[in-house]
Amino acid sequence: MKVLTLNFLTCAVKSCKTSVDSFPLHPKDAELVSDDVELNPQLLVNLLPRIDWNALRTTATELGFPTLPEQPPTPEELQADEKMLQDLHKLLMETQISEGKLVCGACGHEYAVREGIANFLLPSHLV
Amino acid sequence: MDYLIRFSQSHETFRLPEIEALALLEGVDLKVISYSLDSPFCIVRLPSEDAARRLIRRSILTMSIHELWAHGPDLTAVHSAVKRDTGHLWPRYRTCSFKFSIDSYQGSRGSDAKVRIIESFSYLGFEGPIVMRGADEEFVLFEDWPFNASRLGIPEPNYFYFGRFLGGGARDLPKKLDLKKRRYISTTSMDAELALVTANLALAGPGKLVYDPFVGTGSFPIACAQFGALTFGSDIDGRSIRGDSKKRTLRANFEQYGLLAGLGGMFTADLTNSPVRRTALRYDGDGVTGRIFDAVVCDPPYGVREGLKVLGVRDPEKSLGVELRGKEMYKNPDFIPPKKPFSFLAMLDTILQFSAQTLVDNGRLSFWMPTANDEDQEIPVPTHPYLEIVSGLDDSSHTAASPTPKWTRRP
Ligand SMILES: [Zn+2]
Repeated sequence: MKVLTLNFLTCAVKSCKTSVDSFPLHPKDAELVSDDVELNPQLLVNLLPRIDWNALRTTATELGFPTLPEQPPTPEELQADEKMLQDLHKLLMETQISEGKLVCGACGHEYAVREGIANFLLPSHLV
Repeated sequence: MDYLIRFSQSHETFRLPEIEALALLEGVDLKVISYSLDSPFCIVRLPSEDAARRLIRRSILTMSIHELWAHGPDLTAVHSAVKRDTGHLWPRYRTCSFKFSIDSYQGSRGSDAKVRIIESFSYLGFEGPIVMRGADEEFVLFEDWPFNASRLGIPEPNYFYFGRFLGGGARDLPKKLDLKKRRYISTTSMDAELALVTANLALAGPGKLVYDPFVGTGSFPIACAQFGALTFGSDIDGRSIRGDSKKRTLRANFEQYGLLAGLGGMFTADLTNSPVRRTALRYDGDGVTGRIFDAVVCDPPYGVREGLKVLGVRDPEKSLGVELRGKEMYKNPDFIPPKKPFSFLAMLDTILQFSAQTLVDNGRLSFWMPTANDEDQEIPVPTHPYLEIVSGLDDSSHTAASPTPKWTRRP
């Protein structure tokens, strides 16, 4: 799964939905792979309002990527900033989590990722 | 100017909604002048030749579009209209290479008759070489014959259209994505043609994000990615995504078609306990913040135990497609849950609620649903205060197990 996906996913446990600590999920023992994908600036601009920037900063740092600026770029700034486009493209669109775990910061539940597919099915006591 | 759309005579109820969706997608001002489910010919008014080509270039159910020169109930009427209205166009095509053909819907003519008809247009004064392949211009006389015309000995078509070919639809895509040649499918994989039509109805395109919460082997995401969308999906059964972990996987399907750039992320999840980040339903003002997807597209696995006629007995009469549009949230601040006579309606509610929470304004929900239970009670198209129905499609030609609806997120 692309790292972008991580920005759209939170803990599936209902009681965690109200907790700020349940998002973003924290990668643990993550194996990263990279796909060669053509840069699409328009897509990245479209993504901006859908991305939780603070969560993305956390994810980038946790995966060992360069620290993102505190504030998200505006669409105009992003379009004019080739380096930022490249950085975001590499992080969001090319990098994939293939194996590892995604850990909820609130309840501690660990969601396994195998072959790039995270499993969010909950054990019966958590449903 | 008026243009003639030559549809394929299949999935008739989806044809106009598909064209209307594409008009929206291409920013083309479309006015339908004449259309009937019984005929593959549709007259539309469009601002330009370029708009006409763009309108249908990714249409799955359109064969071609033509600059309409004339139409009428018999050839005499066609000839007089051509002479009356198009004389100023003839000189443009005097010297180019051209092809002149006859497209007889539900009918046929011998080659002598065809030649005679084509020669009856000689007053157009085209002097260029006649070329069967790769002609500069192609002129087509369409004949709309009554059903079973030859058996009934009916000598002439009901109606004629004459026009200049402008462009074709995307009839090659269903072949490209044909399930028979796809590496990895299951018994529930959606037919390529219908998946592509659904992708068009969902306005899938470059820069758009699409999610299928019942992804199976990925038929909808693949169709959406074919049109340039970035796709996400989940399934309660992770094995459907993982396949055999080797060559037969959902990812391998994307690879097969060279669509890996459109594969965002697939995960195992239950929509009733979805991990997808959602926002509380309220009016945001900017129309996007916090919401993620441009389209939610799915064919939910309604259980046979629900006693749903469509799924159990494959009754094509009961198929339905619906489309909803995201509506202005502030106009309906209070959500009143509808009654739930069947638990599958609870699933519909879940899908609609999820879509309202995750679709950007004007984002679309497009899904398949049964329309009657085993007691032949009609199942109404579900509603949601934040979603507006765009179209409900009764696809009686669809012989597979399910039907489809279609909603758009109100802004
Ligand atoms: Zn949690």
